Amino acid sequence: MYTFIQFVKKEFLHIFRDYRTLLVLFGMPPVQLLIFGYAVRTEVNDANIAIYDRSKDYISCEISQKLLSSQYFKLTNYISNESEIEAGFRQGKYKVVVCFAPEFSKQLERTGNADVQFLIDASDPNISNLLYGYISSIIADYQNTKINKLSKAGWMVTPQIKMLYNPEMKSVYMFVPGLLALILMLVSALMTSIAITKEKETGTMEVLLVSPLKPSIIIIGKVIPYTLLALLNAFSVLALGVYVFGVPFKGSFILLLFETLIYLGTALSLGIMISTFAKTQQVALMVSLAGLLLPTTLLSGFIFPTENMPLPLQFISNFIPAKWYLIITRNIMLKGLGFSYIRNETLILISMMVFFLIVSMKKFKIRLD
Amino acid sequence: MISDKKVIKVENLTKRFGSFIAVNDISFEVGEGEIFGFLGANGAGKTTAIKMLTGLLLPSSGEATVAGFDAFRQSEKIKKNIGYMSQRFSLYEDLTIAENIRLYGGIYGLSNKHIKEQTNILLTKMKLIDYKNSLIASLPLGWRQKLAFAVAMFHDPKIVFLDEPTGGVDPITRRQFWDMIYEAVSEGKTIFVTTHYMDEAEYCDRVSIMVDGKIAAIDTPSKLKQQFNVKSINDVFVRLARPNMALNQ
Amino acid sequence: MRTILFLIQKEFLQIRRNKQMLPIIFFVPIVQLLVLVFAANFEVKLVYVTLVDYDKSSSSRSLVDKFASTGRFKFVSDYNSEKLAFQEIDKNIAKMALIIPRGFERNISRSEFPEIQIILNAVDGAAAGIIQNYAAQIIYDYNKELVKSMRLIQTQPTISTITVKERYWYNPELNFKFYMVPGILVVLVTIIGMFLTSMNIVKEKEMGTIEQLNVTPIKKYQFITGKLVPFWIIAMFDLALGLFLGKVLFHIPIVGNIFLIFGLASIYLIVALSFALFVSTVTETQQQAMFISWFFVVIFILMSGLFTPIESMPHWAQIVTLFNPISHFIEIMRRVILKGAGFFDVLQQVWILTVYGMVMLILSVWRYRKVSS
Repeated sequence: MYTFIQFVKKEFLHIFRDYRTLLVLFGMPPVQLLIFGYAVRTEVNDANIAIYDRSKDYISCEISQKLLSSQYFKLTNYISNESEIEAGFRQGKYKVVVCFAPEFSKQLERTGNADVQFLIDASDPNISNLLYGYISSIIADYQNTKINKLSKAGWMVTPQIKMLYNPEMKSVYMFVPGLLALILMLVSALMTSIAITKEKETGTMEVLLVSPLKPSIIIIGKVIPYTLLALLNAFSVLALGVYVFGVPFKGSFILLLFETLIYLGTALSLGIMISTFAKTQQVALMVSLAGLLLPTTLLSGFIFPTENMPLPLQFISNFIPAKWYLIITRNIMLKGLGFSYIRNETLILISMMVFFLIVSMKKFKIRLD
Repeated sequence: MISDKKVIKVENLTKRFGSFIAVNDISFEVGEGEIFGFLGANGAGKTTAIKMLTGLLLPSSGEATVAGFDAFRQSEKIKKNIGYMSQRFSLYEDLTIAENIRLYGGIYGLSNKHIKEQTNILLTKMKLIDYKNSLIASLPLGWRQKLAFAVAMFHDPKIVFLDEPTGGVDPITRRQFWDMIYEAVSEGKTIFVTTHYMDEAEYCDRVSIMVDGKIAAIDTPSKLKQQFNVKSINDVFVRLARPNMALNQ
Repeated sequence: MRTILFLIQKEFLQIRRNKQMLPIIFFVPIVQLLVLVFAANFEVKLVYVTLVDYDKSSSSRSLVDKFASTGRFKFVSDYNSEKLAFQEIDKNIAKMALIIPRGFERNISRSEFPEIQIILNAVDGAAAGIIQNYAAQIIYDYNKELVKSMRLIQTQPTISTITVKERYWYNPELNFKFYMVPGILVVLVTIIGMFLTSMNIVKEKEMGTIEQLNVTPIKKYQFITGKLVPFWIIAMFDLALGLFLGKVLFHIPIVGNIFLIFGLASIYLIVALSFALFVSTVTETQQQAMFISWFFVVIFILMSGLFTPIESMPHWAQIVTLFNPISHFIEIMRRVILKGAGFFDVLQQVWILTVYGMVMLILSVWRYRKVSS
């Protein structure tokens, strides 16, 4: 036991000596959280628009005012000549141009119908779709309330919309569980695989293997410091998310801890498995980078919902541990659900862990023989 | 032939790393065409001294000129006139012999034709011509060291610095190595070599023995042996480096 | 100049010999492009809806049909109680519940403010916003039809309508891939270029080979150029390959001038790679270089406007993005490729990148030490 503690101590020293890596490991999660919390907004506010009003009568001005007074739009300039429009789009000055034909309100009064044209920069289809939605509802509202005085129109169907779990639709709610999954994976799998391959590369692994310590104990000793670091890191993100960004924590903390330990176990055994394959640090690094980090960020549902992906990608996403851990944390934190709702996900993580361990043990034995 | 012209002049040269003094106030001169041996235990400051003279490390104080250029201000000019073989093997293992030579020949501005001809002549002389296109990684250590020396000499420098060139090399290869050094000197080059093999010190024209960052003794091998009244340089070294041990004997 | 050529040749020889590096340089970015273009998608194609229709009238049915007929909503279950519907959302089977209260049809005909309830799982706020938008449009259309039918019944003469005519420029089919391919390509080329470059000098430090170079009379700018150019060529090649695949596989319209794209790419890559070289000169091990590059690349990507619009960011964050080379180049690529912007349309970005590149180059030449102290 004493030698084991000494061994773990040595591992800690290794980690603390490289303060730059440590700084990145501990500095990155809060910075990312700050970016997600404060800077990155998936909703559209203040989209730039330009107005090309050849009518300049009271209705066209009122509609323009109505658009600009909403939170969604911000005026960049009035356009006086059709030929200016294109250049502004190309320079990225605005996303939408509102065009009123001459004698707009006269036309409306005379025929009961007038067209207002919206030119939308659709290079980003999502945003243009959203903007179109905002525009049409603002215009419809104006038409009903101002022109037809139909504000009291009782026959109109109005939807009451209720946003469950995240009433303000904040993106941080999405990202805190995602960052937890990513950090735990990064610190434990990536760092373990690199640390073990480094010992192999420099030949110090042989020295350890001839020592009286059993190989499994050596691996455990190497893994413990990273486990603690990963947990510490994860909980700092959790605390920051809950206390600074007000992400709700509805479920049981003990349950989350329990599930986190299972996920951590899966990540660590994955790291160990990678290190039994990789010969050099660089290989371990690249495999972890291409095989772990990108899938964990992109195919797990962290940023992009997996339901929208093509079937082959949905299939692949099932093999990514982070996907299941994400479902678990969102269910516990945001929905406040109990274990019965996440039993299957837990079982999947456990079987992944067992699989990784069996493969690494097989691989390890072969090499010793 | 050792001429009176001094190509390396060092006066009160010192290097501090924080509070640790790696090289402490050393002074010496090396004449043109001389084989100057720099002896000392590991950590005595040999490598630090050689790095200051080759322009890899900025001295803390003192004066040093190499090939007539100042080590403080003209280190890039020094670099044009010297060859250097590092203590750590520093050729590219994933390049072939010919590619390594070509790279350094090119950096020193030799013409393609010259590089090609000289490579063939050199490798034939070293009996490595058949391995011209082998990766360095596939060669045994002794060959690699000889190659590193050849690369350091390839651009025909006036002064060649060798930092522990024979470390970890078998006795026969070491012997061949010294043949190469003698040949270089016969062409008028000056050799500055560090080693901790004391038998190699006997091959040098003059040796200096460094102990704890200072030069403890400097002279020709025979004079040093005379002065300490011992049979070999090894004994001189033991006297200087471990005075207590020597007394006990 | 000749010295630089020798250094470049050496780097290429080393890259060619590295059997693990070659697939990483050429194969991995392609696979990632293919995977990412499909994965990085905020489009909400199909929303699973659970229905609670207490009214069971022709009006409620026509509303439900209106939802289903768009092809965006699929009704997966039909309950008589809200509680069961909520459970479907809890279990992630349905993303949305549509609740039509009793008396819906009666309220329409009597003008007694008919209401419906839409419950959304908003854990993914962005997706919820998009779904809300879809739903609002459907209800808007439904109301319009009500107006029409009412005009027929009541012959109300005072109703006038303003028709919104939208025209989607530059991407009329609203193909999300057109928008993502140029952006993702920038990110991939940047990652490959920056990682290879940032690990390069530091690898020579770790192996000790840098000492042999430092003892030669090589000039600092020659060394840095010799390190920059090989990876610059590789990154340009990857970019060209990616654009070609984008054109062939995803039919990306390249409206702008292709030479302008590569001309501006060459400036951008100098920024990205000299940034990486600077990282390489200040670190001691490959692991450190990797982590530090990762740190910056992640921040650059998150704040690049690749996935989320820069205009929506708070003011301070928009100022920070001025120092983000990736965001400038993504902007350039999208404008030139999709909108056919010319050199003067992107002049501001070009200026920023040029100054940025010069500063980073000077910094890395300055920070690379031939003589340590």
